[in-house]
Order: sequence, then C-alpha cells, then structure tokens
Amino acid sequence: MKSPRRRSRNPTMHARLQAFGVHHARALLFSLGKLTQAPFSTLLTLMVIAVAITLPALLYLMLANLQQAAPAWERETRLSAFVADAVTDTELPDLAARLARREDVAATESIPRAQALEEFRAHSGLGDALDLLEENPLPAVILVEPAPDARDPEALRALANALEAHPSISQVQLDMEWVQRLGALLQTLDRLVDLLALLLGLGVVLVVGNTVRLDIHNRRREIEVAKLVGATDAFIRRPFLYGGIWMGLGGGLLALLTLAVLHGSLSGPVQTLARAYGGGFVLRGLQPAEALALLGTAAALGLAGAWVSVFFHIREIEPR
Amino acid sequence: MRHRAPHRPGCLPDSGRTQRPMIQLRKVTKRYPSGQEALSGVSLRLDAGAMAFLTGHSGAGKSTLLRLIALLERPTRGRLVVNGHELETLPRRRVPHFRRQIGLVFQDHHLLADRSVFDNVALPLAIQAYRQPEIARRVRAALDKVGLLHKERAAPDTLSSGEQQRVGIARAVVHKPAILLADEPTGNLDPELSREIMDLFVQFNQVGTTVLVASHDLDLISRLGKPLVRLHEGRLQRETAGSAA
Repeated sequence: MKSPRRRSRNPTMHARLQAFGVHHARALLFSLGKLTQAPFSTLLTLMVIAVAITLPALLYLMLANLQQAAPAWERETRLSAFVADAVTDTELPDLAARLARREDVAATESIPRAQALEEFRAHSGLGDALDLLEENPLPAVILVEPAPDARDPEALRALANALEAHPSISQVQLDMEWVQRLGALLQTLDRLVDLLALLLGLGVVLVVGNTVRLDIHNRRREIEVAKLVGATDAFIRRPFLYGGIWMGLGGGLLALLTLAVLHGSLSGPVQTLARAYGGGFVLRGLQPAEALALLGTAAALGLAGAWVSVFFHIREIEPR
Repeated sequence: MRHRAPHRPGCLPDSGRTQRPMIQLRKVTKRYPSGQEALSGVSLRLDAGAMAFLTGHSGAGKSTLLRLIALLERPTRGRLVVNGHELETLPRRRVPHFRRQIGLVFQDHHLLADRSVFDNVALPLAIQAYRQPEIARRVRAALDKVGLLHKERAAPDTLSSGEQQRVGIARAVVHKPAILLADEPTGNLDPELSREIMDLFVQFNQVGTTVLVASHDLDLISRLGKPLVRLHEGRLQRETAGSAA
C-alpha cells in the first residue's frame, strides 16, 4: 500500500485468539438470551427434545435392569441327570458327591427313586394313576448345579455331554431353552434400543434444525444487515450453533429430570414385586457417567441440527 | 482504519492522475438476468479522500453502481478496483473483510427494530470483535457526531425519520471506513433535514473519508461544490456541474 495505513488492531496470534474468544463468549450469551426471550416456544421445543431423548433412555434402563436381573435367574439353571437303574439308592449319594467334585459343578443334590415318586405324586395330581402301577417307573435323579463360570449355554451343553457320557447316568435333561430365549430377547431389545435411539436422535436433529431454520428466517433482516457491514458467515453462524447446543442441553436436562421422576415413582412398586419373588432386586437408575453421556449426546445432536440448518440457509441470505 | 490522503477533490471520468485511486471502474457493464442493462460500459475514478455525487433519474443505474462498488453484486463485464482490491478476483470468503472498508447508507436506513440505537451502531464493531469499552467509546463518538448521543438507549422505531437516517450514518462511519457510500440518503427527508445530512457527509469527507453519494436532489447537491457524476440510462454523461474545486 502506498498510503500510510494504521491498523487499530495488530493481527498477531494472541489478538486473533482473543478475538476468537470474544466472539464465542458473545455468541454463547447472545444465543442464550435469545432463547429466554421466547420462553414458551423454547420450552415447547425443549419438551419435544426431552421426549425424544427420554424414550430410548427409558428402554435402555429397562434393558440394563433386565440384564442386571438375568444372572439371578441363571442361578436357577440346573441339570437333571437321570441315574441308570443299576445304581442303587445306597450308591446314589456317593455318585452325587463324585459329580460334585467336577470343576464345572458347584453342587449336586440326589433324589432317590422313592422321593422322586413322592414329589411326582404331590405335584402332578396323577396319584391315583400311579397307584395302579406295580412298581415305581421313575429313575433316581441327581440335580446338578453348574459352577458360576459354567453357566453360559456352551459350557452347559459341554457339561451335559460329559455327564451323559458317564456310565452310571442314563440321560441328562438340560432345560436350556428359556436361557437361550432370554439371551435372544435381551439381544433383540438391545438392538431395538439402538435403532430407536438412532431414530429419535434423528428426530432431535430435525426438531432443532427446524427451530433454527425458523429462527434464521425470522432474523433474516438482521443477518442481511450484519452481512452488509462485513460479518463473516462464521460470525453469523455462531449464535445459531450455540442456540442448537443450548436446546440439546436443555432437552437433555429435562429428559434426565423425567427419568429421575419415573425412577422415583417406579422403584417402590418394583421393590415390592422383587420381594414377592424373594429377590433383593433394586431398580437401577442412570449412573452419573451415563447421565453425562446423555447430556453430551443431546448437546451434540442439537449442534448437528443447528449445523444442518445453518449450512443450508445462511449462505443463501445476501444483503439486498 | 483511516486513510490520510490529501483531500483535494480529485474525481471523475477516468484520466491518468497521479493520486491514489480509491474507486476505479473500467468499462463496467451490469446486465440483470431479466435482460435489463443497468450499467453500460461505465468508467469512473474517485481518488482517495475525494467526494462526489452520483445523480440521474431513478433507474439510471445509480444504485447498481453503488452496489457493485460494495460488492453486493458482481458486474457482468468490466473491471473494478476498490481501495486496492481487484474485485473480480476477490474470493467469496474475503468479501466480509472487504466490506468492512466501506460504510453504507441507504434511503431506508436498514436499522434493526429489536435493538437499541447504541446496539445498532455497535454492530460493525461487534463483528470485528472490538472490546466493550472500545465499542462504547467509538459508538458514543459516532452518535455524538450525528447529534444523537442522548438517544443511545432509544429504540429506532421511536425516532423521527431524520434521526433514524442519522443513526444509519453513525453505523456506517463508526468503524472509520475508507469509503462512505450513500444511496439516496435524503430521499424521505424534508429540505432542512436533507441539508443537515449532506453537511454530515461533507464533514466526513473533510477528515479524509472518500465519499460517494447518489442523489437526485440536484438543487441540494449543486450547492455543495462537489463534482457530479451524471448517469443516464446506464451510461455516464461527462458532466461536472457544480465542481468548484
């Protein structure tokens, strides 16, 4: 430049960083102020976001509670080993004790043929029919409780095979179907939670995106004037992006509140239910880390929604 | 940003002068998609520190010319150099920084109704991340200059149209632009107020700002002793009526 020029600001790195900070601090406060200026519509938006976040979070918690309860049910898993007829009642406890020494077996319980008949008579209601039989048709049974680390389906299958190979055991009945069904159910629910979270997350992005789009539309003149006096797209974008983050965070907080209320009102009845089943089950709420993750996700979704709108709508506004 | 060029009014249909040109147009043509040609081969030069009036009937191309200089539009053909910037090759992302060298005044002041007078005037400084004390100092100086310091807390809607226009001028000069462009700034005002507004532009020119004002109020501008650039149907008419310098 030929003419002497004096710049009021020296564009050093430090000054630039400072300007960056000033811009961001102002956009942050300004966007927050904008949201509080229209409290009703802001609250409405936040509630929509909160519902969209609460639903998958609720399902996630249900699943987490089911999974927490599942090990207790698995403890009920037992194998019934039907003892060969050749084994007498006196040999039976010895056989049971030997089986109990296996590494993948926690404990065994032997049921002699007479006791098996008694139990059958008591539970089946076929007592009269049994009386017609001349001899006890039931075999002796050894109930085998697998060791804690042998309760997954494969280990159980292996244990069943090993027991069946034993010469004194004629047949092993492993009622695994319900364990497998439970596992499959939990997996399905897990997938369902993921899909639902994805869909409703998309919903949050769209809700915030639409809100920001309307906001941009309403402030079109302001944007035009700002561009007229030399505002960069980044400068104009910033308050809208922060607005998106605020909306996400607000919706997330509201969702946390909803979850806490639901947890509070459900844990009493659930405890009663658990006691009725004789379990010490405690309804699990969100852990602090999970709550933080929820807030972070909500903020990120809000930012994403704002970004989409800002990307498409601010560029096209040119001063007239 | 202040340019201290000697404020001898050097202007007008381009001729090879030695002074630094602030605004330079070479055979600039602007044709709109409708086929209407707003400007046809206009060449013009305004030196740093000069002041001139752009005149002609409405539809003669005055607004288009100002919009091209402020890069609110791009020319169909021709070359524009403004404050050393070759506008043709100026990338889109540099446009905001370029516009900060220009103060714009419109007929309908473009003020934001939901912000106070102070905040309206502060806008050009806020987008450049000035600190709050510096913003306050400059905004008050600009408002003082247009005689509206006592209205800084007022909402623009509560002001008279003359006051609104002065707020618009304060916003246009608050960041000390090298160039001040005004498009019919007195269009809605009575003669008395119009004269006050024009006097303001002359004062800004006296401290070194290059000023180009579009106006069809010949009675008013011919009395100010500044060169006139007359446009007729998109073409420049070589006329310098009123040039006393």
